[in-house]
Amino acid sequence: MSQINRIGGGRIDRSQVLNFSFDGKSYQGHPGDTLASALLANGVRLMGRGFKYHRPRGPLTAGSEEPNALVELRTGARQEPNTRATTAELFEGLQARSQNRWPSLAFDAMAVNDRLSRFFAAGFYYKTFMWPKAFWEKLYEPIIRRAAGLGSLTAQADPDEYDKGFLHTDLLVIGAGPSGLAAALTAGRAGAKVILADEDFVAGGRLNSETYAFGDGSGTDWAALAVAELAQMPNVRLMTRTTVIGAFDHGIYSALERVSDHLALPLPGKPRQILWRIYTKRSLLCAGALERPIAFENNDRPGIMLAGSLRSYVNRWAALPGKTVAVFTNNDNGLRTATDLISKGVNVAAVIDCRADTPDISGTETLRGAQVIDTSGRLGLASVTVQLADGNKRTIACDALGVSGGWNPNVHLTCHQRGRPRWDETLSAFVPDTCPPGMTVAGAANGQLSTAAALAAGTSGAVAALADIGVKAAPVDLPRTEDAAASVKAFWYVQHGKGRAWLDQQNDVTVKDVKLAHLEGYRSVEHLKRYTTLGMATDQGKTANMGGLAIMAELTGKSIPETGTTIYRPPYTPVPIAAFAGRSTGKGFRPTRLTPSHKWATEQGAVFVEVGMWLRAQWFPKPGETHWRQSVDREVLATRKSVGICDVTTLGKIDVQGTDAAEFLNRIYANPFGKLAVGKVRYGLMLREDGMVMDDGTTARLAEDHFITTTTTANAVGVFRHMEFCRQCLWPDLDVQIISTTEAWAQFSVAGPNARKLLEKIVDKDHDISNEAFPYMGCGEITVCGGLRARLFRISFSGELAYEIAVPTRYGDGLIRAMVEAGREFDAVVYGTEALGVMRIEKGHAAGNELNGTTSALNLGMGAMVSKKKDSIGSTLCQRDGMNRQDTLVLMGFRPVDPAQSFSAGSHFINKDAVANASNDQGYMTSVAYSPNLGHTIGLGLLRNGGARKGEIIKAVNPLKGIETDVEVVSAHFVDPEGERLRA
Amino acid sequence: MIINHPLLGPRDSQEFTYLGDAGLIERPDWQAEDAADAFYEYLYLRDNPAGLHKELWYHEQGDRSWLVVTRNISSHEIISVELARDVARQKGRSK
Repeated sequence: MSQINRIGGGRIDRSQVLNFSFDGKSYQGHPGDTLASALLANGVRLMGRGFKYHRPRGPLTAGSEEPNALVELRTGARQEPNTRATTAELFEGLQARSQNRWPSLAFDAMAVNDRLSRFFAAGFYYKTFMWPKAFWEKLYEPIIRRAAGLGSLTAQADPDEYDKGFLHTDLLVIGAGPSGLAAALTAGRAGAKVILADEDFVAGGRLNSETYAFGDGSGTDWAALAVAELAQMPNVRLMTRTTVIGAFDHGIYSALERVSDHLALPLPGKPRQILWRIYTKRSLLCAGALERPIAFENNDRPGIMLAGSLRSYVNRWAALPGKTVAVFTNNDNGLRTATDLISKGVNVAAVIDCRADTPDISGTETLRGAQVIDTSGRLGLASVTVQLADGNKRTIACDALGVSGGWNPNVHLTCHQRGRPRWDETLSAFVPDTCPPGMTVAGAANGQLSTAAALAAGTSGAVAALADIGVKAAPVDLPRTEDAAASVKAFWYVQHGKGRAWLDQQNDVTVKDVKLAHLEGYRSVEHLKRYTTLGMATDQGKTANMGGLAIMAELTGKSIPETGTTIYRPPYTPVPIAAFAGRSTGKGFRPTRLTPSHKWATEQGAVFVEVGMWLRAQWFPKPGETHWRQSVDREVLATRKSVGICDVTTLGKIDVQGTDAAEFLNRIYANPFGKLAVGKVRYGLMLREDGMVMDDGTTARLAEDHFITTTTTANAVGVFRHMEFCRQCLWPDLDVQIISTTEAWAQFSVAGPNARKLLEKIVDKDHDISNEAFPYMGCGEITVCGGLRARLFRISFSGELAYEIAVPTRYGDGLIRAMVEAGREFDAVVYGTEALGVMRIEKGHAAGNELNGTTSALNLGMGAMVSKKKDSIGSTLCQRDGMNRQDTLVLMGFRPVDPAQSFSAGSHFINKDAVANASNDQGYMTSVAYSPNLGHTIGLGLLRNGGARKGEIIKAVNPLKGIETDVEVVSAHFVDPEGERLRA
Repeated sequence: MIINHPLLGPRDSQEFTYLGDAGLIERPDWQAEDAADAFYEYLYLRDNPAGLHKELWYHEQGDRSWLVVTRNISSHEIISVELARDVARQKGRSK
């Protein structure tokens, strides 16, 4: 029969039926149901298995604090483990499965753990799996890993989109229960910008779960009216399905909106969830209170739940957790469960109240001064054993038990900035004390547990918060309603018996575990938490922590406030990692930057490589080339023989202008720049203040007060930031302005003996680029292709006669095509980053491999460049003794003694006759390439006292691959060491 | 955190890049007798106060201003925000 435990009433839409399945069995529910309420309505109360002992478990609560009813939702890539059945909204076709059981939920083989429970007490990991030590890695850890954890992942990519959003408001009201709604109405009517956020899918909070009179109608009706009014206000944003998960600095709150979790698939164009960052001037925390259980023996059977939650299932969802119900309470609020159920005609077997003065409730028996001391029922509750005031025991048959140990104000967010709550003796609960700046608390969250008090606190809280920011608001008229004073007797656990009484059902922590931890010396609640795992995992002990620390207080002879709470940290409830990532996944996380010649290179079938975010052509295979080396060798040889073109746009370009620009450059580069003539380029070596090399590049002086500086591709951002620091923080009155123009100019290297001839066909005739008019290290502003403005720099990375030519970026594609066309008669090639690398190694130029953050100018053979006649960044500290040792590492060239042999970058140098170990280390190889010009492998490397060791034979050792190669120490300049080609 | 930029008003701290102690503004005189020691202290030695701290923030995703933010690093309360250039001038730095 369908929905055998569904009764009348409730806030569900019976006009629609939703079909869903749990562990493969089909059921029906209605819109407005959660998975838990629908299962209960169908008579299913067994929803999971305990973490350690695999005991049968059902829902303890009806909300996000749920420790037990964790299920796996959906299938395939959308499969979602450890989802709380108590908050999962039902939708048509929902597929849910129980977790942590095998072969089935009703018969779980691992339940044998329950019989072995004495081995699984607090700290059992630490005690049980210690010896023998060798067993840990091979035996214990794999077993524990298999047994631990609840749900499973499919390892498929999440197909849904997650978004981030930003909101600004005057007042953020957290929680849309009575106080939150009253606050939002107050602020909304005053015209303030208001956000009202609630984790539930219906606003109203406890109003939807209670039956007491509310003005002339019900609390549910009032909440619906309030929501309708708020929906009309353009200044109010009501956000249901939105959990405020953290209170951060300066009025910034984080909130997770579950936009599509209640749908089988997100609507087209809609994200699954949105992580909001809310900037608010003030916040009012109206997060209500969470009911706490009482621990007693076998208090974890399905059917035993918190009294208020039981009432919610009956009142809000019209789902009966059992046919015969009992209530165990230490406070008046718990009695409501009994009266509500009786008024609905449900059989309430007894009210068990540990207080002596409980009033009579008509329709049931009240057992005063009594305690539940045990329960029975294999897969669910069948009866409870009660110890009466006179000491006699009585067994009461019931299949549901509502337990109330009082209510804890939900102080979580008040503590996100290290505030600690204050103990309230009357309520036997912690209440907020110091809140994050700008936050105030109203209603049950503030210990105002009656509905009337919550309403009043909501409206007055909003008035006060708005007054703080200069907005005048008037309190709103509120209906008359329940205003009972809280009456509670502190009662945490039943002392009777030797069995297990559960405190934390999610982590299977019992009263005995806490006592054992205390016995073993764990006194601080933080240690207690970590040793017993009390309060960990998805619920963070929302129903468990209070009991644990009350017992610890008792054991240590301290008061509860002296014992204190553990620290509350964001997020309030679990947040999918996907929501934190938002759209920052794949290319959204790391966009691709394309060079101006990218389209042309793609047409040529280029192979690309990622260089930071840039995609650069690595080589350009020609038909018939089957190995990358064939392409690269061809590109290198053709360039050195005739001419080659390479897109070097990715190098950082910084435009430096101002009357003090030359002086500025003089201070940020180690070598002098003051005397650089207009129309000339100079290599610049940039140090960090500690004297290590930061970056290098060329600087061209286009005018007295105008320079173009380049940086390496990798350091473009960092160098620019550094230059801004120097300009603003160190020399604030230097007249110098800088701007990054990396993306403004497309820049190509044109290198090789025919470079000039090629360029003469591109550069307009009125610009003389002959060797005399435009010598090595010359630069100038020119025009190309009939009037297009361009910049020409005669600089060379390859060692050839070479230029770099720059045009505005949008002409980059046109220029590469024009140059390739012009180069046809010279058999010009376009080369990629591999050939670029080979040629710079052949020439002995340092690059990223050498500028690795641990090298000094001296290491790179450029010690003499550091001017001691001027102040520049790093010029003082690079003179430290340790950086100027005689035997320091020096950049040298290396070639194999046997040209047929090769070696790899990262190899370490060892003297010929020495043992290859770290103490004999002589330095390391930084860059290696095959030189098609020389016909063998060449390398650059940092060798101890390298300058004095030319001609020596040493070993290049790669212990990882077991390779040792005899190499000769040579000059780093393999090709054209005299630089004649450059100046040709 | 929100940093109240002197030119642009309140901005989210994620627009900024953090550098560290604002003492880095006070770069020593390279010609002083004790320049080596002074530079060593300037670069490596930092106070680590549990409380007010002057620190350098760079508005990298914004107007590229370097700012000196006086922040209580225990509570994250920001006491003042100044242009680093102005602070440098107050400390006698010029050209």
